[in-house]
Amino acid sequence: MIENRPLLRWASHLVLILGVGIIFFPIYLTFIGSTQSAEQILGSHPLSLMPGGHFIDSYRLALFGGKTTAGASVGAAAPMLLVSLGSALIIAVGKIAISLLSAFAIVFFRFPFKKAVFWMVFITLMLPVEVRIGPTYEVVSQLHLLNSMAGLTIPLIASATATFLFRQFFLTVPNELVEAARMDGAGPMRFFKDVLLPLSGTSIAALFVIQFIYGWNQYLWPLLVTTDESMYPIVMGIKRLISGEVYVEWNLVMATTILAMLPPALVVVLMQKWFVKGLVDAEK
Amino acid sequence: MATIELRQVSKRYGQGKASVPVIHSLDAAISDHEFVVVVGPSGCGKSTLLRMVAGLEDISSGEILIGNRVVNRLEPSQRDIAMVFQNYALYPHMSVFENMAYGLKIAKMPSAEIKARVDKAAGILELGGLLQRKPRELSGGQRQRVAMGRAIVREPQVFLFDEPLSNLDAKLRVHTRLEIQKLHRELGITSLFVTHDQVEAMTLAQRMLVLNAGRVEQFGTPEQVYARPASTFVASFIGAPPMNLLRQAPGVPADTILGIRPEHLDMGQGWDLRVEAIELLGAERLLYCRLGPEPLILRIGADQPSPTVGAHIQAQPRAQQVHHFDAATGLRR
Repeated sequence: MIENRPLLRWASHLVLILGVGIIFFPIYLTFIGSTQSAEQILGSHPLSLMPGGHFIDSYRLALFGGKTTAGASVGAAAPMLLVSLGSALIIAVGKIAISLLSAFAIVFFRFPFKKAVFWMVFITLMLPVEVRIGPTYEVVSQLHLLNSMAGLTIPLIASATATFLFRQFFLTVPNELVEAARMDGAGPMRFFKDVLLPLSGTSIAALFVIQFIYGWNQYLWPLLVTTDESMYPIVMGIKRLISGEVYVEWNLVMATTILAMLPPALVVVLMQKWFVKGLVDAEK
Repeated sequence: MATIELRQVSKRYGQGKASVPVIHSLDAAISDHEFVVVVGPSGCGKSTLLRMVAGLEDISSGEILIGNRVVNRLEPSQRDIAMVFQNYALYPHMSVFENMAYGLKIAKMPSAEIKARVDKAAGILELGGLLQRKPRELSGGQRQRVAMGRAIVREPQVFLFDEPLSNLDAKLRVHTRLEIQKLHRELGITSLFVTHDQVEAMTLAQRMLVLNAGRVEQFGTPEQVYARPASTFVASFIGAPPMNLLRQAPGVPADTILGIRPEHLDMGQGWDLRVEAIELLGAERLLYCRLGPEPLILRIGADQPSPTVGAHIQAQPRAQQVHHFDAATGLRR
C-alpha cells in the first residue's frame, strides 16, 4: 500500500530529484565545458554553469582534428569513434552468438563430461582480461593479430556471464515445448532457430546492451594490443588528450567525452524497452 | 491399418542393480479406429507408456508396433502419430495458424495444401476467427482446441492424448470431453488417451486399460470393467463412490473379499449397519455406515426417506451384484 501523505510525497520527490541532479551534474558541466574555449575554462573560478559560444568550434576540432589555439595538433576523434563502434558491435554480437550456442548445448543435450564442461565455463568468470593479460597478449602477438580489429575483439569474445544467463533462461522453457517441436519433426538447429531464438528476444536485447557497453569501455586491452593510432578506440583517445601535455585543452577533452558517451547512451535508450523486459519478464 | 501393438514392453530407470522398474512386460493390442483410455492412479506408469509409444522415452525391452511397423527406433516425427499435451505446448510466439502449420512446414508441404488442412481443422474445431491470434490471447479451452487442431492437421495414423483435460475447469472438461467424442466419431483415428480420472475413462473409452504400478490389471470395455472387475484394485478404482470391499462380511469365508457397489444395497432386512455420516449429492444420498469394524457406503435416492446420523439401519446386498475376490491375491474368483 502506498500511503497518500503529501509530506512523504514531497520528501521522496526531493530525494529523487537530488539523485538525478547528482548524476546529471557532472555531465552537464562536461557539456558546458565543451561549448567554451580553452581560455574561458581555465579562467573561470568557479566553473561556469552557462554555455559558451564555442560549440561548433570545439566539436569540429574534436571530431576532425587540427591545430588548437595553443598550436598543438590534435588527432581526429571520428576514426576512433568508428573503431570503438566496430569493436563494441563485434564483441556484443560475438558474445551473444557464442553464448547462445553454448547455453543451448548445455541445457538441451546430453554428452559425456557435461557437468565438467559447465563448471569449466563457469570458472572462467574468475578470469577477466586483467588476470590473463600476459598469456593472451603472447598468443595474440604470435598470431600476428596486433593492431587489428580481430586482435581487439576476439580475446574478449567468450562470455561466461552471457552463457550463464542464457542457460537460466533456457531452463525456463517448458519441456513439453521441446517435445512438441520433436513431434513436429524439428531437429535441434531447427528448434533453435524457430522456437528458442524468438523466445529469447528480450534476453538477447538486454545482453546486447550490457555487452556493447562492456566492449565500448575497454581500455586496458586496446592499450596493450594497439600501437597504431588508427586502431585506437575513443577511450584511449580521451586519455591521450589529458596525459603528458602541460597545457591541456579542456574544452576538447569535454567535447570528446561527450562524443564518446553518445553511442552507448543511444543503444541504451533504443533497447530500453526490451532491456527491462528481458531482465524481469518470464514469458511462457 | 492403424493398429498399436505392445509386446512385452518394459521400462526401467537407472542402470543395473539400482534400476527401478516402471513398466513390467506389458502386452496389449489396440485395434484400428479404436479409442483406448489408459487409466490408473498417479505414478502407475501410464504417461511413461504413452511417451514410449510416442517415442519421447526409450523402451528398455520389448517392441512397439504401429500399423504393423516396429517403431522402437524411430523418431516421433517418423511414427505417423500426433500428440496432445496436458499443458497444450503451443509455441507462444507463433499465431494459431502458424502453430498448426509448423509440423507441415517442416515436412515441406506446399503452402496451399497447408492452408487447406489448417482451414479444415479450424472448421472442425470452430477456431475460424482465432487463426491470427497468439496463444496468450486465448482461453484455456481455446488453447486446448488449438493443440488438438495441431494434431489433426497431421492426419496421422494414431492420436496420443496425455491428460489433456486436467488443466481445464470442470464445466469445460465436460464440454471438451464431448468434443473429443465427436471428433473420434467424425475422424475415426485410432486414439490412446491417458488420464487418472476414471469418469473420463468411462465416458470416452471404447476399451479401458487399467494400469497399476506398471502392470495391466484389466483391459476391457467400460461395461466389463465396471460390472466384472478383474481385481480389487479395478473394483475400487472404477466407480465413484468406490465399490465396498469387505473382508469380514457375514457368511463369507476369511480367505474371500466380498465386493458390493453402493448402489446395489437395498434398505430393508439384512446386515446391521450404523450410520456415521450422510452426504446429499442432489439426486441421491450417500450413507457412510459401519458394518461391524468395516466401513460401508450406501447410495439411496434423494426422494427416499433418509435415516439420521447415528441411527441403526439394515441393508441387503443384491445377490446378482455381489463380487468375490481372493483375499490373498485380490483377483476375481
